[in-house]
Amino acid sequence: MNRMFSSRLFWPVVMLLVLFTINLVAFPGFFSLEVKNGHLFGSLVDIARNGAPTLIIAVGMTLVIATRGIDLSVGAVCAIAGAVACSIILGSPEPGSIGTVAVAVIAALLIALVLGLWNGFLVAVLGIQPIIATLILMTAGRGAAMLITEGQILTVNSPPFKVIGSGFVLGIPVSVVIAAVIFAAAALLTRRTALGLLIESVGINPEASRQAGVRSRGLLITVYTFSAFAAAIAGLILTSNQTAADANNTGLFIELDAILAVVIGGTSLAGGRYSLLGTLVGALVIQTLVTTVYTVGIPPIATMVFKAAVVTAVCLLQSPTTNATFGRWRRSLGRGRPGTRTAERASVS
Amino acid sequence: MNAQAPVVEMTNISISFPGVKALDGVNFRMFPGEVHSLLGENGAGKSTLIKALTGVYAIDSGPADSGEILLAGNRVSFAGPAQAQNAGISTVYQEVNLLGNLSVAENIMLGREPRRFGGIDWRATRRRAVELLRGLHLDIDPGSLLGSHSLAVQQLVAIARAIDVNAKVLILDEPTSSLDADEVAELFRVIRELKAEGVAILFVSHFLDQVYEISDRLTVLRNGKLVGEYRTAEILRLDLVQKMIGKELAILDALERRIVEPGGGEDDEVPLLAATALGRKGSIAPVDLRVYTGEVVGLAGLLGSGRTELARILSGIDRPDSGELVIDGTPHRFRTPRSALARGVAYSSENRRAEGIVEDLTVRDNIVLALQADRGWFHPISRKRRDELAVSYIQALNIRPANPDAIVRNLSGGNQQKVLLARWLAVAPRLLILDEPTRGIDVGAKAEIQKLVVNLAENGMSVLFISAELEEVLRLSSRIAIMRDRRLVADIVNDDLTVDSLLAIIADGELTAVER
Repeated sequence: MNRMFSSRLFWPVVMLLVLFTINLVAFPGFFSLEVKNGHLFGSLVDIARNGAPTLIIAVGMTLVIATRGIDLSVGAVCAIAGAVACSIILGSPEPGSIGTVAVAVIAALLIALVLGLWNGFLVAVLGIQPIIATLILMTAGRGAAMLITEGQILTVNSPPFKVIGSGFVLGIPVSVVIAAVIFAAAALLTRRTALGLLIESVGINPEASRQAGVRSRGLLITVYTFSAFAAAIAGLILTSNQTAADANNTGLFIELDAILAVVIGGTSLAGGRYSLLGTLVGALVIQTLVTTVYTVGIPPIATMVFKAAVVTAVCLLQSPTTNATFGRWRRSLGRGRPGTRTAERASVS
Repeated sequence: MNAQAPVVEMTNISISFPGVKALDGVNFRMFPGEVHSLLGENGAGKSTLIKALTGVYAIDSGPADSGEILLAGNRVSFAGPAQAQNAGISTVYQEVNLLGNLSVAENIMLGREPRRFGGIDWRATRRRAVELLRGLHLDIDPGSLLGSHSLAVQQLVAIARAIDVNAKVLILDEPTSSLDADEVAELFRVIRELKAEGVAILFVSHFLDQVYEISDRLTVLRNGKLVGEYRTAEILRLDLVQKMIGKELAILDALERRIVEPGGGEDDEVPLLAATALGRKGSIAPVDLRVYTGEVVGLAGLLGSGRTELARILSGIDRPDSGELVIDGTPHRFRTPRSALARGVAYSSENRRAEGIVEDLTVRDNIVLALQADRGWFHPISRKRRDELAVSYIQALNIRPANPDAIVRNLSGGNQQKVLLARWLAVAPRLLILDEPTRGIDVGAKAEIQKLVVNLAENGMSVLFISAELEEVLRLSSRIAIMRDRRLVADIVNDDLTVDSLLAIIADGELTAVER
């Protein structure tokens, strides 16, 4: 248990702690939480709230990646979901009514389910490579969102809709609650049932799984549909937060952040064993990075470079080669614990 | 020969993996110009010892790993296989790991092509490749694609590649497992030539006849420990096997002729499985086959005769395009392995790694996989039940390490095979199709699996047993179906059949050289 923890989550957690420390030095009030008007405020809350969409998408992405796939279309699905919801709200005579918002949200989620089924169909039934299959929707989806918004940025003024992205429930941001629910649902659904085992098995060895009677087609369709569903929820949060649907920019590059979160969390892009907890830490690392850029005062133009540097550091720390080197250093310093080889090492056979 | 200094001397080698002590203080030496066999059951540590010698595992990398390797008297420590190769230790692995879509010459010289003006000197590359091939008396076009040649030729090309680097030590890991008798003879001729040139050859094989034929000396490992080093001429085969498996051969003897009563004695009995004119274009000609409850039917034939193809059609992996399949009197069309499993037909693939085990999952997860897939993801098997299943099969099949949490990738071949068997047994099939379940595994595990087959049949399970080893088929089957050139040529009751009579049918009258 201890070994598994160290091999998978150790470095991402260390990185998160390092980022926290940097923030604390630059901004001593970093960890302070306060309650204003019955709402929780503080830097950590901001990180959780702003990181919620990425986390939600990354959860879906984790399952997709575990099957050896990838879903590049999540950003486009975000935009479509936002566009659908906003155009319904704008087209309604009562944009402020809860009923309208409910219809808008349900419509957006249903469309996302269809889009997810489409991805799943391309991958599982037609056997198209996931990167290509989802690339189709990644490019076409933005176009579809543009058609829905008719090329406009749809600004909505609907208090119930605004709650999704910026409201509070019991003092906690709604988006954080939604992310927590999605995370818990995914964890329970895959680990309390046999879904996780079957997903991993298909990701590691599809043919062996087929011969063992695993219905991989259904599994693949399920994970791509779940991924699109999660993306739509994230899209609704983003749109609600901006109170506007922007077909071009809603969820732009969020697929990359989500994939990064999964990889930082220790799930291999080669598929197989996955860690939702790792993905959670990965998403927090990415969001904390963005916050750090502001608290430390790095010029915004350097943000991307800074982010890249940190991600590179995490990936380097996780690589088997680096681990082996570290291991040698530790031993040569005479502090080597009588441990055993890591799984990566043994897998050379 | 002992007057000479050993070319390889490994002292006190220990190597550990998570949960497994693969080698424990093993000593090993080789002299120039000898063929040295390394023997042991699966999991005895043969592969690990080879990998330590060839630099795949650096023995100073783990705190639990230790030992010393002397090459021609000098202490060496390889950081990788490339270094070992440069030092004169070349390896030809069991699975030929060359590139089928490159030419023979390119394969031989890959990564070592002579350079000229900053580019590859293709003419020199070709010339050198031709020299090496000629040295092995291998008359093939160096420009032809490697993949177009037989496995045996590919094996020899791999050896040509290995000896190009002035090898002092040549390691051949199961070089004969996919060769026929003539090809083995050809390989042995090459081995003898290399030996005469002073190369030390490490020969690993499960075929004891070959070990006795070719090797001068042998080292036996068991459970990661050294049992001893012997001169081949001085050790009896019986003693050798005993040293390898570490127990009396009683289990093997007890199995002799312990054949299950032939099923289907009564004419009115409904067969469990009845295939009528079942065929698939480009795969096998239409086949008629019956399997009754509780009988072991052997399926024999040469490699490529259609044995595996038939099994894949019976088990729903490939779809037939003619004929019908009747299970228990009801016709069925299996469209997937899943539908076959639902009718109680399970197939254990000959291709353990690619189609059998799920390497990165635990022993427990691998064992419950088919059962869980059958129940569907929404009805998980409880943790307690999974543990019970895993523990009981680990005990029943003697899977080592006896740890349900061990990752299957880290298990030896024989133990992986047992895990795979456990997976199929867990779904309690009515017909279990075992495709080469004992290939590439050691004597002890082989006997255990054979015993298991007999027990299963006694308990009412039907088994279709596919194996290239005729003795094994003869020993276990009550009836033997024989395939030749992708058609079923015979289906006979095994009462007084012998290896020779089977061979006669397989060869259809032709007199072929018999390897064993």
